Amino acid sequence: MNLHEYQAKEIFARYGIPVPAGALAASPEAARAAAKQIGGDKFVVKAQVHAGGRGKAGGVKLVEGFDAVEEAAKKMLGTRLITKQTGPAGLPVNCVWVEKPSQIARELYVSALVDRSRERLVFMASAAGGMDIEEVAATTPEKIKSVVVQPAAGLSPYQARELGFFIGLNKDQVDQFTRILAGLYKIFIELDASLVEINPLIVTGDGKVVALDAKLNFDDNALYRQKAIADLRDPTQEDERERIALQHDLNYVSLDGDIGCMVNGAGLAMATMDIIKLHGGRPANFLDVGGGATAERVSNAFKLITSSPEVKAILVNIFGGIVRCDLIAEGIIEAVKQVGLKVPVVARLQGTNMEKGQEMLKSSGLKITPVSDLTTAAKTVVAAAKK
Amino acid sequence: MSILVDKNTKVICQGFTGKQGTFHSEQCIAYGTRMVGGVSPGKGGSKHLNLPVFDTVHDAVAATGADASMIYVPAPFAADAILEAADAGIKVIVCITEGIPVNDMIKVKATLRANYPDSVLIGPNCPGVITPGECKIGIMPGHIHKPGRIGIISRSGTLTYETVYQTTQNGLGQSTCVGIGGDPVRGLGFIEVLELFERDPATEGIIMVGEIGGSSEEEAAAYIKRHVRKPVVAYIAGVTAPPGKRMGHAGAIISGGKGTAEEKFAALEAAGVKTVRSPADLGSAMKAALK
Repeated sequence: MNLHEYQAKEIFARYGIPVPAGALAASPEAARAAAKQIGGDKFVVKAQVHAGGRGKAGGVKLVEGFDAVEEAAKKMLGTRLITKQTGPAGLPVNCVWVEKPSQIARELYVSALVDRSRERLVFMASAAGGMDIEEVAATTPEKIKSVVVQPAAGLSPYQARELGFFIGLNKDQVDQFTRILAGLYKIFIELDASLVEINPLIVTGDGKVVALDAKLNFDDNALYRQKAIADLRDPTQEDERERIALQHDLNYVSLDGDIGCMVNGAGLAMATMDIIKLHGGRPANFLDVGGGATAERVSNAFKLITSSPEVKAILVNIFGGIVRCDLIAEGIIEAVKQVGLKVPVVARLQGTNMEKGQEMLKSSGLKITPVSDLTTAAKTVVAAAKK
Repeated sequence: MSILVDKNTKVICQGFTGKQGTFHSEQCIAYGTRMVGGVSPGKGGSKHLNLPVFDTVHDAVAATGADASMIYVPAPFAADAILEAADAGIKVIVCITEGIPVNDMIKVKATLRANYPDSVLIGPNCPGVITPGECKIGIMPGHIHKPGRIGIISRSGTLTYETVYQTTQNGLGQSTCVGIGGDPVRGLGFIEVLELFERDPATEGIIMVGEIGGSSEEEAAAYIKRHVRKPVVAYIAGVTAPPGKRMGHAGAIISGGKGTAEEKFAALEAAGVKTVRSPADLGSAMKAALK
């Protein structure tokens, strides 16, 4: 789960990490009021969307005077911002963050995330801040240093100092940096973050270390115990169908093809997409109905797939383990009863109770082609989508 | 022969009296798994599925001599259940539960490594482990398996079934199948299971099913090149997955740009592994590799 920059900065401030003074505004008038409250004559107006690359897309403006703040906010609010990360549809700008500009002497980078191979939390820092960090990692990996946190000890101050001196901070700045890392570590542990990133972390003209940007992602598995974080979710920033899927506890990702897929298990769902492509088709979505799928959940999944006008054919690929094939069949039949069926469906049911499931589909009188092997299933659905 | 579990493995279920625990324990008993009891705190002393129920894993081990556990405890309590099993001396801990927070698993793995080096964890978020005809611990449909020659390791659940089904259809059968699970921090990895299969005389060939994300397939490829002499067939799911949807932005940095299906295929091919681009070709490719 992602947060807006302003939400992340509010959390940073709560954990003692210095951020520039700023205020949120949902209207041009509110943006003017926010600027007045912050004081001074120059301001940065930043569109709040869940995507990077805002600056180049016109979503970050440095302006002078209250009129200019109002004008900049007016141009952003209510529009959709298209950045290199949003796709062509862009994301809606519902509010802007008005901020006091910072005097930047240096731009640094720091982040914390779980290193899967080490099975540990790792902090990374680089003096090459303000740029695309993946680019830095690819071209000049020696400019990035990381430290591994031992779970029993937590992040130790010496580790923060190691990173601080590596990125060229002086003694006083290293002390500030150590406090910032302690705050990031607390955020990671107490709030179950999965990624904490500051890019750039700046040194101001007068030697203060400040988080100019803030990125926080959270572990979806831990949201059950992070109610306050879960409440910060902004559904307007999410894909419409992905949002509905979430409400029904489905694992769904929109893609740009025309063959709808309903599969159980993430691995088999990806493999099903792959085999469709291998046989010349294009998957319209990734959909894992999950392990504990009920007939109702399957029915919701089926409705979700058929709600997309792009979908020309549907492939159901179920290998029953926990999920029983008869439940899948019941869910499909129920969904078709409710919303009808305009496109051909190819269904491959294998595993637990497959005979019963296939029998139910057959006797339902619906236009569903049952197949037993994966290659035939893929070829049949690709041919059906091309008709 | 087989790896990890066989007909002598005595199995308990943690979360025994719950809905999932009950359903899958019944399935395991029907398959022939030597289930000896279960744990549900507060229900000790009662009977469930004709087996004794205990309050703690320690009690269950003392009374039954169990050496393996199958965990269906809900995610908020699953990390605790894994540690309880290890502390009671359970050797093979199979955690089926999905949705355990990563921070919990980091603590569990560090504790297992430091204090319980003899316990092996499989999962979480996995289908479990099965030695066909002898012992099934998990949620896989038993009837698709057949005792035989192929060792299967997979990060995915249902894609494992697909692989099993194909090796059964091809007449190869399986020595043991291990679903290592889809979580970023998990128990057994590809390398540990490859090592076990390489040593197991009953295993003649190995099928490895990976996924995008992380770098464990690349690490496995390096291991195979140095240590595995048996034929290995591999498939990586996720060639068509859009980048950035599942992996965090900085996630690719640590793995040095690794993580895509293409890079994993390339690493495995360079290690002499026979890869297949279609998941439907796993069985036939294994059959060809054994000729």
